[in-house]
This record gives sequence, C-alpha cells and structure tokens, in this order.
Amino acid sequence: MQALGLDVLFKGSNLLRLLGGLGKALEISLIAVALSLILGVLFGVLMTFRNPVIRALSRIYLEIVRIMPQMVLLFLVFFGTTRVFGWDLNAEAASVIVFAFWGTAEMGDLVRGAIISVPKHQYESAFALGMTKSQTYFTIIIPQAIRQLIPLSINLITRMIKTTSLVMMIGVVEVLKVSQQIIEANRMTSPNAAFGIYLTVFVLYFIACWPFSILAKHLERKWSN
Amino acid sequence: MDWNVISKSIPLYWDAMLLTLKIGWIGVALATLIGLVSAVIIHFRIPVLSVIFKIYIEIFRNTPLLIQLFFLYFALPKIGIKISAEVCGWLGLGLLGGSYMSEAFRSGIEAIDIVQRESALSLGMTDFQVMIHIVLPQALSYSTPAFVANIIFLLKETSVFSAISLMDLMFRAKDLIGLYYNTAEYLALLVVFYLIILLPVSVLGTVLERRLRYASFGT
Repeated sequence: MQALGLDVLFKGSNLLRLLGGLGKALEISLIAVALSLILGVLFGVLMTFRNPVIRALSRIYLEIVRIMPQMVLLFLVFFGTTRVFGWDLNAEAASVIVFAFWGTAEMGDLVRGAIISVPKHQYESAFALGMTKSQTYFTIIIPQAIRQLIPLSINLITRMIKTTSLVMMIGVVEVLKVSQQIIEANRMTSPNAAFGIYLTVFVLYFIACWPFSILAKHLERKWSN
Repeated sequence: MDWNVISKSIPLYWDAMLLTLKIGWIGVALATLIGLVSAVIIHFRIPVLSVIFKIYIEIFRNTPLLIQLFFLYFALPKIGIKISAEVCGWLGLGLLGGSYMSEAFRSGIEAIDIVQRESALSLGMTDFQVMIHIVLPQALSYSTPAFVANIIFLLKETSVFSAISLMDLMFRAKDLIGLYYNTAEYLALLVVFYLIILLPVSVLGTVLERRLRYASFGT
C-alpha cells in the first residue's frame, strides 16, 4: 500500500475530497447534458426543415463544433470573451456554455439522423389509413425515431462526462485538480502518492461512465430488429 | 488585432503545429493498427486474447484521454516505468483510438453478408484468406465514415497534450497569452492553426466517403 501510494487516500478526508472533485465535474456535465438534450432536440427538428437559410446556418454550426477541439472552444469562451467583450465569466459558467454549445450540435445531428431514418412509407401508410398529421407523428414516427435515438444519446452523455475532465485546464477545481493538490501536500510523507491517486481517478471515471455504456449497448441490441 | 504580433508568432505556432501533427498522426496510425488487430481477434473469438482485447476496449472507451495521459506520465514513473512526454502522447492517443477504431472495424466486419463468407469458403479459401481478400476490403469501405470521424476525434484530442507539458498548439497559445496578454491575436492564431490541421481531413473524409460508397455492394 505504502509503495503504491494508496495509503494517502485514507489520510484525513482525502477520499471525500476526491469524490467531491468528481462531483464537481459531474455537476458541470449534467447541467450541460440537460441543456444539450433539450436544445439538441429543437435543433435537430430545425435541421429537417428544407429552408435553405436554416440549412446553411446549421451546417456551419455543425462544422465549427465538429472541427474545433473542445479545449480551443473552452479557451475562446473563457479567455476570449473577457478580452473582447469584457465579460467576467467564471470558469464553471464558461465550461457549461462550451459543453452545451458542443452537445447541442451533436445531439441535434443525432435527432436529425433519427428522424430521417424512418422510411417514407411509414408516413404514407399512416396517412393512407386516415391518420392526421399529429397522430402520425406521435404514434408512428416519434416512437420509432426514439428507439434509434436513445442508445446514441446515452453514448453522447458518456462522451460529455469524459470531456468535462478538460475543465481543469481553465482552472475549475475538479477531481484532477484536487488530485494534484493532494499529491503536492503529501510529497514528503508519501512520494508515490501520484500512482495511487491517479489510479483512483482513473477507476472513478470508469465507474462513472461504464454503466451508461452498458445500458446503451443493451438498449441497442434489444431494439435492433 | 495587432498584425505585428501575429506575424511574429506564426513561426512559433508553426513549430507547435508540426509537433501536434507528428504525435497526432503517429497516434492515429497506432490506433488503426490496434483497432484492426483487435477487431479481427474479437471477430474470430480467439480464446484469451479476445477477452483481453474486450477488457482493454471497455477500459479505454470509458475513461478520458486526459486521465489516461496523467496516469501514463505521472503515475507510472512511481512504479518504475518512465516514458517520455512525447511517447506518452502517441501511446495514449493510440490506445484510446484503438478502442474506438476496433468498434468501427468490427461493425464493418459484421455488416458483411454471411453469403459472401460462405461462398468464399466453398471455393476452398482458408479463413485467413477470406478475411484478407473478401471480408476486410468490403468491411473497410463500410467503416470509412466511422474511421474518418475517429481520425478527426483523435486529432482534436491532441489538444490535451499541453497537460503533460508537450509544447503543442494549446501549450504555445497559453504560454504566449501569459507572457504578452495579446489574448485575441493568440486565440485567433490557435483557431487558424487547428483549422489547418483539421479542415483537410474533414474535406478528404467527405470525398472518400462518397467514393467508397460505390464499393459496398450486395445489399
């Protein structure tokens, strides 16, 4: 235990502090996920419209998000807005903005894909049976689209949880920052703390993401015909 | 915008971009190799090895690259394994990417109709020949969209390398902002240089996808 630096975990409230740090990261990702799910559905529906202006704008938005690393977006929002507009955003607000901006685009693309994946004959048969437009959408199209959408959006959620580890780079005190503090504080008494602490963080992130992945895989298998 | 500042720092960014490109593409190559090997191994259900690769995929798909790098760079030296920052960079990227690529290739392999395999076997080809000549060429064309998306994802992930003090684009930008406070200029350069890295891949990917779609047949 000593050699691997795991003993540091049980000193004082170190383990609790680590969990608190993970909590902070998860909090940011959950707020961003909630925003992205809501805005993403709206954006996805918007993207199925045939209006050329909407098409061009959403295309540009998607490309920006797809090409720019999230880290660059974080820097742009956190440092850039202060410089250019004089806003004093705190790091957490900046990260929520960035992850929601990114998540909305990804979610929107998934929603669009799910909607257009429902074959045309489904609409036509529903209309032929005399169903109204809203009946068609709510009883025929949306249930099918959702089956395709849910596993994919769960995957997106795990990706967002993983990506929030970046917020440490703009100074949010989350699990990695706390780890660094603990390791620094115990430099003399247990020089190997880095191994134990980073191993723990690794496992913690795995525990946070794995259940989602399994759920997504399970639903995908269950609903695929 | 102060153009003087921009023209002066372009060479600095250029060097940083070369490093990012080098590590990024070595990582992508390693990821492709790991992905192909593990997809084939898991497909053939080779005992022991396929279980090991499955565990590897689950672990690396469910943890962030930043944590993986911290573990490789800061934690492993404590148990006597010292790896330089650069090797950590492409090794981490390759291991992360391998798990994603494996899934992409596997879904490509699974998409190939069983008829194709059976016909090849009935012509007297061995399992290995069927894989190399029949299944993989088609599977690769199926996996192209996911493959390109993974390459873009991996090249974007290189932005976390500054955390293990590699002098990449992110590191350079942060460094210069700290030194001279010309935030707007340095951030603009950062965006431009990432565009130089990623835009060609994105455009090429779209072209490639369109071409390879003709390669998939039998459906």
